[in-house]
Amino acid sequence: MQTSFNIHHLYFLLNGMAWTLALSLIAFIGGGIAGFAVALCRVSPVAAVRWSATAYVQLVQGIPLLILMFMTYFGLSIAGWTLSALVAAGIAMTIYVSAYLGEIWRGCIEAVARTQWEAAECLALSRTQRMRLVILPQALRIATPPTVGFMVQIVKNTSLASIVGFVELARAGQVVNNSIFQPFLVYIIVATFYFALCYPLSAWSTRLERRLQVGQPAPLFA
Amino acid sequence: MSYQFDFSRVLQEFPLFLQGAWLTIQLSLVATAMGFAIGSLCAIGRRSGVKPVSLACGLYVELIRNTPLLVQIFLVYFGLSSIGWKVPAMYAAVIALVINVGAYTSEIMRAGMDSIHRGQLEAAECLALNRAQVYWHVILRPAMERVYPALTSQFILLMLGSSITSQISVEELTAVANRVQSDTYRSFETYIVVAAAYMILALLMRLGFWLLGQLVFTRKRRLGTTM
Repeated sequence: MQTSFNIHHLYFLLNGMAWTLALSLIAFIGGGIAGFAVALCRVSPVAAVRWSATAYVQLVQGIPLLILMFMTYFGLSIAGWTLSALVAAGIAMTIYVSAYLGEIWRGCIEAVARTQWEAAECLALSRTQRMRLVILPQALRIATPPTVGFMVQIVKNTSLASIVGFVELARAGQVVNNSIFQPFLVYIIVATFYFALCYPLSAWSTRLERRLQVGQPAPLFA
Repeated sequence: MSYQFDFSRVLQEFPLFLQGAWLTIQLSLVATAMGFAIGSLCAIGRRSGVKPVSLACGLYVELIRNTPLLVQIFLVYFGLSSIGWKVPAMYAAVIALVINVGAYTSEIMRAGMDSIHRGQLEAAECLALNRAQVYWHVILRPAMERVYPALTSQFILLMLGSSITSQISVEELTAVANRVQSDTYRSFETYIVVAAAYMILALLMRLGFWLLGQLVFTRKRRLGTTM
């Protein structure tokens, strides 16, 4: 027997959306902390640290997130831990996010004017002080728009957790579709929910970016 | 941890992996070429100044960029077949990938076009070039040159993203991996091999785009970004 789309299905999808948000948050916080470490290592004065951070970033950015998910899901289970899909997906997302955010933030740290480093050095600040008091506060300003922009990627990419069996929005959509078989309707609704999550972030990122661009040449044909 | 790694069984399936990788390459190349064409057209449309056209292009870009590729693939594959338009998985995958990468390319190309200095356009006008000529010689090609690194990264991301098409039974590299791991029960080893394969593919793609860049952009002056 087939039923049509009703309020229970909608509730199920909304529930999935909450899990999408939860996983996104885990990925952002975990990936943010790890990514910060990666960014600092990428600009480290010690060559070995710099190189290993580069290798890490290249490694992660060369592997599809889907494969990363499978690797954590199966890899950690052979290490003897039986993990829930949420933990496996969370770890995979954290690794993925740390590599990309680390690279974004490295760019932002390096975008701080060279003279700022030199001035800080002239004031006899130690390297830690230079970073903490001079460079990072300025890098933070540059980093905000791309970071918010990357949050959109995080939210969208949590959809891959559905493939290792975590019931978030995309998986909830599949479940609902399997019971009522109206793929067009169901996936349009799922897409709309994702859009509702992502579009405000995109718009915010664009606005932040514009605010930073004050004083730069205006685009043509505008 | 007492796990014994055993790659021998997985590596026996090497020809299968090769087949999968070949399909991944084909998918990526087709989607890259078509997506680039659509993206460039869309970027031109967005800057055209004709309200309905620029609105439509903007809507397309925002809709695609704010929804996951997985859902887009499902919509194309299951959605189209449910309204009576049956497409084979392979075509559905290509369509979804092209639509997806088109939107991202459009944003990148638009940024490139926006970065062309006004003086260049005025100079082109003074030389009595018509609109099409201005677009081709003065806007499109220098813009492409300027955003070439960003385009390269985007196309590599697309290649990695094509792994998602395994979910609608396209037999590319990831689908092969799924099959091999369920045949051999060596899941971790399988995915390690496939991860390495993707990294090699990404490296090859980077190399390919670098060579293409050397070939196409013969003027060796430095623009906004380094190659």
